[in-house]
Amino acid sequence: MIFLNREFLQRTGIVAMLITGLSLTISGCQNGGGDEILIGHYGSLTGSQATFGISTDNGIKMAIEDLNAAGGINGRKVKLVTYDDKGEAREASTAVTRLVTKDGVVAVIGEVASGLSLAAAPICQESGVPMISPSSTNPKVTKVGDMIFRVCFIDPFQGKVCAKFAREHESLKASKAAIVTDQGSPYSVGLEEEFEKSFVALGGTVVSKQTYQAGDQDYSAQLTSIRAAEPDVIFVPGYYTEVASMILQARKLGMTQPFVGADGWDSAKLGEIAGDAINGCFYSNHYSQEDPSPKIQDFIAKYKAKHNETPDALAALGHDSAMILFDAMKKAGTLEGAAIAAELVKTKDFDGITGKISIDAERNAVKPAVILEMKNGVPKYVATIQPGE
Amino acid sequence: MSDFAQTLITAIAIGSLYALIALGYTMVYGILKFINFAHSDIVVLGAWGSYSLSVRVLPALGYGLKEVPPVWVAMTILLLAMIFCGAIGFTIERLAYRPLRRAPRLNVLITAIGVSLLLQNVGQLSFVFGASPQDMPPLLSDRALATFSFGEGESARQLVIGMVDVVIFATATSLMLIMQYLVFHTKLGVAMRAVSFNTDTAALMGIPVDRVVSFTFVLGSMLAAAAGFLIVMKYPSISQPAHTIWVLLGLKAFVAAVIGGIGNVRGAVLGGFVIAFVEQFGAFYVSSNYRDVYVFTLLILILLVKPSGLLGSTLREKV
Repeated sequence: MIFLNREFLQRTGIVAMLITGLSLTISGCQNGGGDEILIGHYGSLTGSQATFGISTDNGIKMAIEDLNAAGGINGRKVKLVTYDDKGEAREASTAVTRLVTKDGVVAVIGEVASGLSLAAAPICQESGVPMISPSSTNPKVTKVGDMIFRVCFIDPFQGKVCAKFAREHESLKASKAAIVTDQGSPYSVGLEEEFEKSFVALGGTVVSKQTYQAGDQDYSAQLTSIRAAEPDVIFVPGYYTEVASMILQARKLGMTQPFVGADGWDSAKLGEIAGDAINGCFYSNHYSQEDPSPKIQDFIAKYKAKHNETPDALAALGHDSAMILFDAMKKAGTLEGAAIAAELVKTKDFDGITGKISIDAERNAVKPAVILEMKNGVPKYVATIQPGE
Repeated sequence: MSDFAQTLITAIAIGSLYALIALGYTMVYGILKFINFAHSDIVVLGAWGSYSLSVRVLPALGYGLKEVPPVWVAMTILLLAMIFCGAIGFTIERLAYRPLRRAPRLNVLITAIGVSLLLQNVGQLSFVFGASPQDMPPLLSDRALATFSFGEGESARQLVIGMVDVVIFATATSLMLIMQYLVFHTKLGVAMRAVSFNTDTAALMGIPVDRVVSFTFVLGSMLAAAAGFLIVMKYPSISQPAHTIWVLLGLKAFVAAVIGGIGNVRGAVLGGFVIAFVEQFGAFYVSSNYRDVYVFTLLILILLVKPSGLLGSTLREKV
């Protein structure tokens, strides 16, 4: 009996212990096992959009702390499970599948990038778990189904805001625009279409359209083409890492035109990478850190005390999406996905950090946008544009 | 005119980078007849190694991360990165490829993919390089060396020759010249070429095959390290070690080696420049949407018309 020697028994014993320990940990995480209600978040904690996920996560955590300090949801505390998706669609699906099937979360918050929200939304929809995207602006995201919500405005509005600003604001008054799009990103492509439509409708012309791919490092071919077309303004609906490199390279090529972008620019990294090159460029966003309203300044002060940096719009939206979710969960009185979704869609004039949030029948939020200007590496408030304007 | 010249300058700078990386692919293929898929990861190590060294060395020497240190600092970091990658290249060959010297070629190929995945994923660990992009501190001033103005008034345009582009071209050219000298004018070079013609015969003639193979890997890895260093000089925002951008870079350099004639050292350099020209001028004159398409279409065309590559020999091996 070779197999029954002492060493073998010891080894199997250790393996058995490990397995039991592991399964205990797993079952300990499952919802209903404890008193806590589990909420899932998937975001890019690493990768080229890392600040998006980190800020959102910080915002959600602040909302949860406040909630738990005030007694939780009908007496039960809320716990957050966060998974990193590295800013990749494949990883986002894996993370959400894990949240829904293994952790058994009640609701999911995420993602910032529309492409990633689109990758994960069908999973939430099929499992009947409500998903709230804090800041994906592409219209397709909530069209996935009645379980998918968002607390930010959508790109047809944002594209119009950028076009209107570029065409009409006294600091730009542009008649010729060039557009550079990230061709692999639904967010970027969607915004490009909306911007072009509005800009042309307002009497402007688009003189050059170029594309790049996320992760590209060299933009000189595109920029040289744009330089030859002599636009007054360059619209880049991209994410901050690529945008910052692109603007640096444009300035090196002797191009002085202002760049205009959208909420994908919102990161402290933008100013850090691009430095002085980005001064005088504009982007549309969900809120301004300079808003004097006590609610916003209070949020900023609390966030700063904790994370030692000014919260960007993604942190504010992360916070708002969690608050709206908790509000709906309290009203629903149960943890059923469908019941929470039914309450979410009724959200009206919710007083969030990023303004009064109402969710419409399409499960999108209707809110104003702000335009910010980069000055010495920090965004400064320029204008607010209301929906319907 | 100025736009054409500007595109030309970019194409030359990027071509130099492709050529440096392509040399590594072609030398290993020439000697061992296998494609070293881990080569692009050595470029990543070169890039991230330069970054890690800079952020440690610069403060130690009393320079801020935003100011440009003297030129010798940049040169030392380049040299250290090359030595580091040379050592890694040596280790990889010794541990992963040498035990498979007599194994079927497919086994070595799969091992190369394994090594590549290993390097990518170890590189992402938080105590190695981490999985977030970083910004390279400036080691060279990125000022324009020369600026020419064309035209007047509204349509006045500038041609900017940047310091970094000149440094890339100069460094790459001098390294390639050293390579050329090593391969064609030294005893070791003769040994390398002999091994690439016929390993067994070379061994019978008293050539230490293992040492020659090791040397080839070290040389290729050092060139890759230089390419990595130059890339972060030009594009200071460094993508995380497993980013697809590195894979694409390696793939293009490999295509350059194939277009030039894989196994041919001069062909790799020619291929690197050809690819960069096709990519940059295609993007400028046709459309930037299809930058990668031009490169791979050219590859298909070359494979159809001249499968051995531009400078590849058409000599067939006798059975």
